[in-house]
Amino acid sequence: MIYREAGQYKTTYDTDTQIFPIAQDRYAMLAILLIAFIVIPFVATPYIFSAILIPFLIFSLAALGLNILTGYAGQISLGTAAFMAVGAFASYNFMLRVPGMPILLAFILGGICAAMVGIAFGLPSLRIRGFYLAASTLATQFFVVWCLTKVPWFTNNSASGVITAQQIEILGFKFDSPQEKYLLVLGIVCVLALLAKNMVRSTVGRSWMAVRDMDVAAEVIGFRVMKTKLTAFAVSSFYCGIAGALFAYCYVGTVEPEAYNLDLSFRILFMVIIGGLGSILGSFFGAAFIVLLPIVLSMIVHVTGLPNSVTSNVELMVFGGLIIFFLIVEPHGLARLWQIGKEKLRLWPFPH
Amino acid sequence: MKLKFAKAMIVSAVAAATALTGALASAQEQFIPILSYRVGLYASGGSGFFGGAIDYFNLVNANGGINGVKISWEECETEYNATRGVECYERLKKKGGGASLVEPLGTGIAYGILDRLPTDKVPMTTLGYGRSDAANGQVFPYVFPLITSYWNQAAGMIKYLGDKEGGIEKLKGKKIVHLYHDSAYGKEPFPVLEAYEKSIGFQLIKIPVPHPGTEQNSQWLQIRQANPDYVILWGWGVMNAVAIKTAARVGFPREKMLGVWWAGSEEDTIPAGDAAKGYTTMTFNTPGNYPVIDEIRKKVYGAGKGNLSDKDRIGSVYHMRGVTAAMLWIEGIRNAQNKYGKGKVMTGEQIRWGLENINVDEKRQRELGALNMFPTIKTSCQDHEGSGAVKVQVWDGKAWKAVTPNWVTGDRAMVQKMVAESSAKYAAEKKITPACLPG
Repeated sequence: MIYREAGQYKTTYDTDTQIFPIAQDRYAMLAILLIAFIVIPFVATPYIFSAILIPFLIFSLAALGLNILTGYAGQISLGTAAFMAVGAFASYNFMLRVPGMPILLAFILGGICAAMVGIAFGLPSLRIRGFYLAASTLATQFFVVWCLTKVPWFTNNSASGVITAQQIEILGFKFDSPQEKYLLVLGIVCVLALLAKNMVRSTVGRSWMAVRDMDVAAEVIGFRVMKTKLTAFAVSSFYCGIAGALFAYCYVGTVEPEAYNLDLSFRILFMVIIGGLGSILGSFFGAAFIVLLPIVLSMIVHVTGLPNSVTSNVELMVFGGLIIFFLIVEPHGLARLWQIGKEKLRLWPFPH
Repeated sequence: MKLKFAKAMIVSAVAAATALTGALASAQEQFIPILSYRVGLYASGGSGFFGGAIDYFNLVNANGGINGVKISWEECETEYNATRGVECYERLKKKGGGASLVEPLGTGIAYGILDRLPTDKVPMTTLGYGRSDAANGQVFPYVFPLITSYWNQAAGMIKYLGDKEGGIEKLKGKKIVHLYHDSAYGKEPFPVLEAYEKSIGFQLIKIPVPHPGTEQNSQWLQIRQANPDYVILWGWGVMNAVAIKTAARVGFPREKMLGVWWAGSEEDTIPAGDAAKGYTTMTFNTPGNYPVIDEIRKKVYGAGKGNLSDKDRIGSVYHMRGVTAAMLWIEGIRNAQNKYGKGKVMTGEQIRWGLENINVDEKRQRELGALNMFPTIKTSCQDHEGSGAVKVQVWDGKAWKAVTPNWVTGDRAMVQKMVAESSAKYAAEKKITPACLPG
């Protein structure tokens, strides 16, 4: 009833190619952005900012990065956390060694460093695919973490191998409180998500999808496979690098290379799988599922008053059960579930 | 069906939220958040340590609390994961009138919390892990690596090996292998070991073991070729048992192996079986039985309030570490009460002062029923560690036994100099002016 596109005519090419062709979607998106940027900073508590929203946004960005590579370009990667680590440690070193370096530029340069590492480790993808590629990206994971612990220069000769993120300051304004950090992260994530959305709708994105669906066929119709795969690696690693830098600067503050371990790579891969491969929105759903659901579950089981040794295990079991449940209901992820829901809503209340 | 499910989720979420706000009552209690891990790879250590701490809380409460103030606590499962740990900290820091202190027992979580402590005014203890340079309370006012840090432990190891040879200078010309977990943790003692290598003149061979360390044949082959006088095992998790078993296979005497304290619990030796007999490690607890442990058995487990499901683990290495930690926290709170008002609930800031002025000498240890269970501790603003002493224990096939009757201390002056240098660098990076906080 409410969600209906009757009467919305597309009279120009611009209206036809816009991101949200349906007016209701546009307004909903606008409302969400308004709430996120204006309402939440006033109403949310520091706990919500620093324990829920900031990690959610950062992991969404990392999942978005991986989704570009795995969902759109079809290259499986287990090195996400490594690219995040490159972004974080590169930003740290730029800030440390270049006097007067603006922090946003340091983030971008960190992202570019991650992109270059991504290109280097993406080279095997030209010859191998599928599980074999996954195994070779595993090498990135181990190499980067090993390298960061091995070479003391990266951590500024810190004996314990940890780095401490510098103060965030943009044009003289200091980002100290959780609220300010949230707004910074939100701003960066929105810009990058918009960029990603437009990228996947453009030539670049279409070439990624062509290569994903069948690279031989894509090559035959004129896509250069090498360039396509390597841009996918570069863009994806850039996103992950920025996410890694935000993780260090806006979330934990003090990090060791071990924080970006294989475990984190797997978590982000699960976010992408559960959220929906090849969907920008899915990255956010997936991050919400993996980051927020355990917190909700732990609060729920806590109320039951069982001893903690029991609740900790119950929590894990329920979480595992829910993953299986959602994947059985919809193997293409939460984004697909959302899409089905939208289609049903369009027909409602007259499904036939 | 789906709709029903969603409804159920919403209902339970709302229920959870109401119950959480309802739990904020009872102001006359000192609230301590427990960031525990009882699932995952390190669950055995986590359940022992936090079980020990909770057992001691129950004992204090059974004895009437701290000058009448009872301790309350809430557990939050961190899964030894930094993200979850930070969430738990943020969730519990304002609860029950504010968190008294926090102990995450995990380096990653500790680093995630570290920068938040001065703003939130919550002190954190890191017993036997974390940044060694945090011992400088002028730069890290809210961090307490109580008893001893990795650097003092490494210094203690060299001291012990020297004593074994009949004097530290006799180590000259000897070969010592540092077999370490290839991570920031395993590299932490490098500066200390290298400084000793230079000043004494032994040969230090560093051999890394990649995580998780389930395969160490090539490393031990290398050790056999080098034929060292001693092997320092700086391991973690499954790596320890594998190292002990592989040492037995290549015929390296376990008596010449000296493990770090994270390689010195029942969880490390029992899986290695008979091969572990004679294996020595560092520790900051003297293994054995103490009046306080008996009291826990009687008053806590006797009343059915014990936290460990397996009663045989009472007094095990991790359990005793937990009891020790809780004992020092309570001492800190008691100190704060002596200064700011007996029988009152203390704030994080006041407890920070209390932890900075801990003085547990032998007399106090006797009163606590824990004479010689851990070294005597006296903290100050310059020294948040308070001791730096360690002990060596040996596994006799069934239980740990102390080797050194007295506490071993390495070259503390040297370590203190390194702490000062390293913390000064941190202060410069973070633009902190080192200063003691007023009481």
